[in-house]
Amino acid sequence: MAKDVTKAFGQGETVVRALDNVSCEIRTGEFFTLLGPSGCGKTTLLRLIAGFEMPSAGQILIDGQDVTGQPPNRRAVNTVFQSYALFPHLSVAENIGFGLKMKGIAKPEVDRTVREMLALVRLEAMAGRKTSQLSGGQQQRVALARALAPRPKVLLLDEPLSALDLKLRKEMQVELKRLQTETGITFVFVTHDQEEALTMSDRIAVMSAGKIQQLGAPREIYTKPRNRFVASFIGETNFLTATGVPGGAKLASGEVIAVDTGGKGGQITLAVRPEHVEITPPEAQGAIPAEVRGSVYFGTDMNYQIALPDGAEIEACVQSGVTGEALIGQGAKVGIRFAPGSVLMLED
Amino acid sequence: MARTHGASEAERLQAASSTRNAWALSAPALILLFCAAAGPLLVVLIYSFLTAGPTGGVVWDFSTEAWVGVLYTRDIFDDGNLVLADAHLTIFWRSVKISILTTLITFVLGFPTAWFIATRPLKERALWLFLITIPFWTNLLIRTFAITEIIRNEGLLNKILLGIGLISEPLRIMNTDTAVLIGMAYVYLPLMVLPLFAAIDRFDMRLLEAGYDLYASRLQVLRHVVLPIVKPGIIAGSILVFIPSLGAYVTPRVLGGGKNMMIGNFIELQFGQGRNWPLGAALSMTLLLIVMLAMIFYVRAATKGGKSHG
Ligand SMILES: Nc1ncnc2c1ncn2[C@@H]1O[C@H](COP(=O)(O)OP(=O)(O)O)[C@@H](O)[C@H]1O
Ligand SMILES: [Mg+2]
Repeated sequence: MAKDVTKAFGQGETVVRALDNVSCEIRTGEFFTLLGPSGCGKTTLLRLIAGFEMPSAGQILIDGQDVTGQPPNRRAVNTVFQSYALFPHLSVAENIGFGLKMKGIAKPEVDRTVREMLALVRLEAMAGRKTSQLSGGQQQRVALARALAPRPKVLLLDEPLSALDLKLRKEMQVELKRLQTETGITFVFVTHDQEEALTMSDRIAVMSAGKIQQLGAPREIYTKPRNRFVASFIGETNFLTATGVPGGAKLASGEVIAVDTGGKGGQITLAVRPEHVEITPPEAQGAIPAEVRGSVYFGTDMNYQIALPDGAEIEACVQSGVTGEALIGQGAKVGIRFAPGSVLMLED
Repeated sequence: MARTHGASEAERLQAASSTRNAWALSAPALILLFCAAAGPLLVVLIYSFLTAGPTGGVVWDFSTEAWVGVLYTRDIFDDGNLVLADAHLTIFWRSVKISILTTLITFVLGFPTAWFIATRPLKERALWLFLITIPFWTNLLIRTFAITEIIRNEGLLNKILLGIGLISEPLRIMNTDTAVLIGMAYVYLPLMVLPLFAAIDRFDMRLLEAGYDLYASRLQVLRHVVLPIVKPGIIAGSILVFIPSLGAYVTPRVLGGGKNMMIGNFIELQFGQGRNWPLGAALSMTLLLIVMLAMIFYVRAATKGGKSHG
């Protein structure tokens, strides 16, 4: 959909490259998420797809057609704005019917679709209300219904849930997923919340500094992060510096960890999730000798800080016991083993 | 039971005393309002039912002659029979027409101006607003004469147009309705811009994108999103321009010459050379009536349009 898109704001020395040669293809009917920290260019990419901004270079294609020069009102794309941007002078029903009316659809047809949409977002009882009389969650639904009513090819959602409290957010996550499946419309969803991205998406594009760092299914992104940024942005990760040797990677203290390095020598960065670090007795077979530095209780889990022989400190996540007490005290000599296949080599 | 009864009794007393307090507190304002507005109006109303004095002023004899004189003149050759006064009707009609046109022109010019100011960075905005209010610093008469200087036959406008060869003869604008209209639009433009600015300033610009996103063209966004939302500002600005326009008298006097009178000039005439104070008073009351009717009509139409909108 987006092809070699670059968007630069400003000129001369103050130029900001909000998007730097970004390309990605979004599949029809999928729930696609743009995930990344604030300022990485998510909104910019969304605004380029919607047509509010023109790319400095590159193209936007929808259904194989170049829409780069088309204004927003000519694109079959609708947006759910972060601020909702509901029309304060119109009722809920009139808000939802706005797009259809502007498209020149006949009134009976508009009314019928509005009723359908009201039912879809469960706001039948609110049809005649002013939008200012609705709660945040209800306004959110109106914004959704309004954007879905014209049946766009793509629905863009810019952090639509960030203004809601936690409970409502969870409800709306389920609701959004339901709406997407029921309507079959392609959703492009923006969030900086990794959990939200992992639970809702078919595919995720992890962005940072105006670039897509990795694009893939949630499981793939979590289990096979390509680089240090993705690994640390999504979930907790331990990084180890090692040297590539035949059959694995050697730590500075001499232990060799089994990992597929693709034959790469020299210094490499390894990543391993805390939940894949196993604490064993020091004499266990294949264990790396280590020492417990401390522990933090997280309810279901217990996190241990463990020092390796080369001085690096890693975390191990273990399910909490019945009492919640740390079973291994500070200073205890232990062994460390990594679950088979859990250690990854990163690109940088 | 007794306790709740006591409580509600106390509440009632408190409510009563707070009503009394409210009256006491608003008394100064009410007295001022009476002295400044209702009192003079009452005097005018009474004068309109008296007989004209021989050299101005009034004689305390009840008469409806002045009110008759608003619409009719007595035919001096035909035993003083009543004849519909065409000249008066022309003046009323011209006043209403010029006021409506002034309101329209100031809106058409004022809306883009107000939009421009409201979309400037916060720091610049104060400067622009300040510039808008500068004309208020000078006397109205002087400003009007300044316009004369521009539009008269040998004035700046004609000099420029002749100079660039756009016209071969000077435009005769002075002493026409057009001249009055130009002057009125200039004088009342700030009164339109300021309320419009206040309304546009409150307008959430993100709604524009929402409109474009939902297949509305620029014009449709203006018509279906911007105008309905800033309507209170449009109503306020129109009222602020229309009412003083209807009563204007300096501008039509200077730019319209003696022929193109508006109600204001006509009223002034009665208190001056005409020496017919009761007629002047009756005309003033008529003007008030026209303004009130126009406002009721306008506000009704504007709010009804809002309800059925969409
Ligand atoms: N209109 C603009 N003018 C100048 N810089 C902008 C503009 N919009 C966004 N930026 C810059 O582009 C970068 C990306 O912004 P944005 O796309 O809003 O990020 P995100 O939505 O991921 O938080 C930021 O550095 C931001 O400051
Ligand atoms: Mg953003």
